[in-house]
Amino acid sequence: MNSTSIKSRLAGSHGRVYWRSLGELADTPEFREYLHREFPEQASEWNDPKGRRQFLKLMSASLALAGVGACTKQPTEEIVPYVRQPEDLVPGRPLFFASAIPFSGVAHPVLVESHMGHPTKIEGNPEHQASLGATDTFTQAAILGLYDPDRAGAITNRGEIKPWGLFLSAMLSAGSQQKGRQGGGLRFLSGPITSPSMAEVMASVLAAFPQAKWHQYDPMSSDGARAAALAEGAVGDPIYHFDKADVVVTLDADFLTCGPGSVRYQKDFATQRRITEERKEMSRLYAIESTPTLTGAKADHRLAMKASEIEGFGRQLAGAVGAPAPAGPSARATDPASVIGKWVAAISKDLQAHRGRSLVIAGDYQPASVHTLARSINQALGNVGSTVTYGPSVEAGPTDHAASLADLVRAMDAGQVEVLVMLGGLNPVYSAPVDLKFADKLKKVNLSVYHGLYVDETAFLCHWNVPDAHPLESWGDARSFDGTVTITQPLIAPLYDGHSAVEVLTTFTSQPDRRGNAILKDHWTRAFAGGPWTIRSADGQPFKNFDAFWRRALHDGFIRGTAIADGGPATPLSVMPAVPAAGAPAPTTQQAATPPVTPPPATTTPPQSAAAGAQGGLELIFRPDPTVWDGRFSNNGWLQELPKPLTKVTWDATAWVNPQLARERGLEDGDVIELRYRGNTARMPIFRVPGHPQQSVTVFFGYGRQKAGNVGNAPKNAEAFNAFLLRTSDAPWFGNGLEIAKTGERYPLAATQEHHVMEGRAPVRVATLEEYRKDPKIIEEQGETPPRTLTMYPEYKYEGYKWGMAIDIGSCTGCSACTIACVAENNIPIVGKEEVAMGREMHWIRVDHYFAGTEDDNTVEAYHQPVPCMQCENAPCELVCPVAATTHSSEGLNDMVYNRCVGTRYCSNNCPYKVRRFNFLLYQDWDTQSLYPMRNPDVSVRSRGVMEKCTYCVQRINQARIDAKREDRAIRDGEVLTACQQVCPSDAIVFGNLNDPNSQVSKLKLQERNYGVLETLNTRPRTTYLAVLRNPNPELEPASRSTTEH
Amino acid sequence: MSQIFHRTTNIYSRLSILAAIVLAATLGGGVALLHLSGYNTNQNMYVEQPLQFSHAHHVGGEGIDCRYCHTSVEESAFANIPPTKTCMNCHSQLWTNAPILEPVRASFRDNKPLRWTRVHDLPDFVYFNHSIHVRKGVGCATCHGRVDKMPLMYQQANLQMNWCVNCHRNPAPNLRPRDQVYNMAWERPANDPGLGERLLKEYNIAGPGQLTSCSTCHR
Repeated sequence: MNSTSIKSRLAGSHGRVYWRSLGELADTPEFREYLHREFPEQASEWNDPKGRRQFLKLMSASLALAGVGACTKQPTEEIVPYVRQPEDLVPGRPLFFASAIPFSGVAHPVLVESHMGHPTKIEGNPEHQASLGATDTFTQAAILGLYDPDRAGAITNRGEIKPWGLFLSAMLSAGSQQKGRQGGGLRFLSGPITSPSMAEVMASVLAAFPQAKWHQYDPMSSDGARAAALAEGAVGDPIYHFDKADVVVTLDADFLTCGPGSVRYQKDFATQRRITEERKEMSRLYAIESTPTLTGAKADHRLAMKASEIEGFGRQLAGAVGAPAPAGPSARATDPASVIGKWVAAISKDLQAHRGRSLVIAGDYQPASVHTLARSINQALGNVGSTVTYGPSVEAGPTDHAASLADLVRAMDAGQVEVLVMLGGLNPVYSAPVDLKFADKLKKVNLSVYHGLYVDETAFLCHWNVPDAHPLESWGDARSFDGTVTITQPLIAPLYDGHSAVEVLTTFTSQPDRRGNAILKDHWTRAFAGGPWTIRSADGQPFKNFDAFWRRALHDGFIRGTAIADGGPATPLSVMPAVPAAGAPAPTTQQAATPPVTPPPATTTPPQSAAAGAQGGLELIFRPDPTVWDGRFSNNGWLQELPKPLTKVTWDATAWVNPQLARERGLEDGDVIELRYRGNTARMPIFRVPGHPQQSVTVFFGYGRQKAGNVGNAPKNAEAFNAFLLRTSDAPWFGNGLEIAKTGERYPLAATQEHHVMEGRAPVRVATLEEYRKDPKIIEEQGETPPRTLTMYPEYKYEGYKWGMAIDIGSCTGCSACTIACVAENNIPIVGKEEVAMGREMHWIRVDHYFAGTEDDNTVEAYHQPVPCMQCENAPCELVCPVAATTHSSEGLNDMVYNRCVGTRYCSNNCPYKVRRFNFLLYQDWDTQSLYPMRNPDVSVRSRGVMEKCTYCVQRINQARIDAKREDRAIRDGEVLTACQQVCPSDAIVFGNLNDPNSQVSKLKLQERNYGVLETLNTRPRTTYLAVLRNPNPELEPASRSTTEH
Repeated sequence: MSQIFHRTTNIYSRLSILAAIVLAATLGGGVALLHLSGYNTNQNMYVEQPLQFSHAHHVGGEGIDCRYCHTSVEESAFANIPPTKTCMNCHSQLWTNAPILEPVRASFRDNKPLRWTRVHDLPDFVYFNHSIHVRKGVGCATCHGRVDKMPLMYQQANLQMNWCVNCHRNPAPNLRPRDQVYNMAWERPANDPGLGERLLKEYNIAGPGQLTSCSTCHR
């Protein structure tokens, strides 16, 4: 490909060109060929050179076999009733339990659907302010993590299976040995803890062993943000309120997809930008970022710059709005006429025009100085208290993680660590900074205990392995990002003899071997009697007694009034007093029995400065992988197969480079490069990403795992694709001095970006807010709708319901939670990398990305479009099925009947939207017993040779219809939520009855920015889209980039 | 050139064509008969169970209501097979030492469930829902037969799709007043031929369009 062909193509086209990949943009012959195969590389598989005779032989054989295959008798099945049926359980109906899935210690509130004791699906907890019914992809996929057959199966000591009792006695004897030395050789390593009950157990352990130390390490945690917060004292942690922000500026912050608050932030941000009949204004987002993110893709203005330049930009911005900027490296000298000067001027003007209604956010991967700058700007603009509030940390004993781990490794090296207990599946052997040499130092520890879900790289080097209990198997509590205490309750007994972190930790207390339930209940019994919390019921009254409080907390899944906004305290790292005996007065001071607690290690490293590291060479940027994070989800097939946002690569890590840099170095997508950085080397296949800063390379953590499990282990040729091999403790997120070299090897990448392309028929429609206000018809004019009479078939009549969907692509952030929710709800199998590369991925709803601009243009715009089945009124698929396996239902769905399908694939061939999926092979895992209870019993598990597709979650429609009929009423609007709609954090997907003019979906479809994709084909899609509206700042919008030129 | 075959062989060729047709029809019919036979559908077949529970005794003899054991029939797709506890409600007092009830007592004692063999077994791609049928006035006996007269349970209907769809196309003849749903002995009153049509309206039963949409039962 060359840029000349791209430029000539852009010049010759009319209107705006949207493209999905650089291959499409350049219109290369390879892309053409790819496009014209229905299923890439597949169609000709049986085209044997022997020709017709071979074909006939195969056909007759398969016909005969098909006949024989149908001749099986249905196997006899059993019914196994309960001996004593649990109360409230109605066989055949699910129960929902409120719980939480912690992520890096912070709770993600959920409702878990349980069928006869099997958790099958996770939804957000609609009453919890951190969720409001939505979840992110990781939380959705946690259900597969629960049933993962590769989980650690037993307690082992040096590889031999041992019972819990033996582990307990080993810990007791280790504890009594340490007792004499005040715990001088005892160390604990865990991730951040927000759980009040676990923090209390930790405090009591530290009180019993005053010389013992607790180290915290989370490889993806933001030490920069934490250091800035700690410097502010008790109220340093920001919580953003996007529902009040009209102008948002991010300094390398990916707030829409990263961080514990992202689900709620997406919701507020989308609401603030949604144009409806009532709402005519939208917020404006400026993204200054060092690597393309989904937040940058949503921005009205996006400026790419090196990560080390962000601080200088922030300092200039602070200067322009009159905020005091703390001393630091001077900003890059810029004259006002330069690009940066222009941006600073325009943004500061906009910010000052929205004092108290604007917001500046520093990115988690930026150093403390940038966070301090953002805070200073927000203060100067009067945003504090309105769009951002600062409060105490939800983490107990927040500390600098890098320093804390380095402290531990130093002690290990000096032989001071006799007993090391690693809690919660941290895997530092894989993820610790490479200069610490954690694996070598671990060998000097006399007794190492590893507690985690998997027998991973670290577990292999430890003496004791204790399987962790999955959050769906254990009792516990944790705080959500807003501070609300959220309760974790088990949905199922531990499948693999797991014990939660707090249960392992209690072995070092005076009451060892307590179970999670007892620990939790005991903690909250005392907290209820008197503690730092203000516990109130929903109407603000105190509870009558503990039982009333506890039942309510378990029912709701959280404890009201514990949010930071409601005055919730920092998570105390102290021991609460025992419950006073009946009649005795409560202690007057809350902290009466607080023992002396070892203070968390002070921040020893100076705030990381942008100038750290060697100069010259390229800049290296580290990021957690968007689907497998730091490798903790490596063995989760759903997340591995989820196309990564923006690149749509599955199953692999890539190094992102700007297309121009790739051209200079002669690199194509999939070329393996060697990255040399500060004496360390790693390899990675490259991917060209428009909008990436020119002189930077972004690498993603989470790959190159060797002991992740059957799904996550890296193949031999990909073991070096590990970004942790390059990470040093002095530059955790970016640094200069990277050299890259082409190795000449190529690595096949399975990217779905070019699958199912709609051949440039402008599936996304975009206008600026101003254009839309001036002429709302501008959206309609971007396409063509044929008259309704243009069909030979009679119209369908719908007397009852008429289902339809509207997807607001202006709200969609491309997070892909819908895809995972659909996989979980509809028993969709994973197919593996090779099959994905052949275009055989099975996802019923995909998220397409379209880009506008040229590859060299750093202000590339990206649009996201979730594509489920359109459920067309004039459905092309229905007409061509020879066995009537796909038919039009009385409520407008294009039904797919698996048991009738014979696999001709005519329907898929005829589908212009390419939303049908075919089981070329037996993708569904029918052998692994542990996966059986995970499947949704309300949806067929499809076998080989069957076409499948989105059904609008017809199982949910049917259940709602039956429930409504039993109560002699109609289905209420919002009673049926499709899985994708329910999970969507930005409420972009709305489903409902089109026959009801008052339904939300009917109202959305009346909006003038509503349009159907490929309407020219007269398919009359039932899923329609609401066009994207952008809100650019006229001062920054280049005149040449007006949206439509018809 | 003379003919290879004599004229008289024509009769053989005609006969063999006829024979082929007859053979194909016989084979086809045979397969169809086998398909619809009890061997395939399990219709009218008795099934070995862990203990020989008699509906005839409990329903016909003692007059126990269906819902005493099949508790979720009005709420759920699944009517429920009672837990051992339900059996022991009575049998901890009655027939406490009867040898035939030993499996029940053993189940309760050892906390091990009874393992019944499914009698009415629809394929896994069919999603039948008891609650809506009961609510719309389809009696238990309509599909399950006179359970009160079955000493051992068997499947009375053939449960083929044809049988389901016949009623979904025209439900009226199989409807009865809601208060008679659990009455095994209810018979259609001869003097009220319009009853089915009336109930169809009164119970607001969907038309054949919705009832025969594929996704109503398959998903």
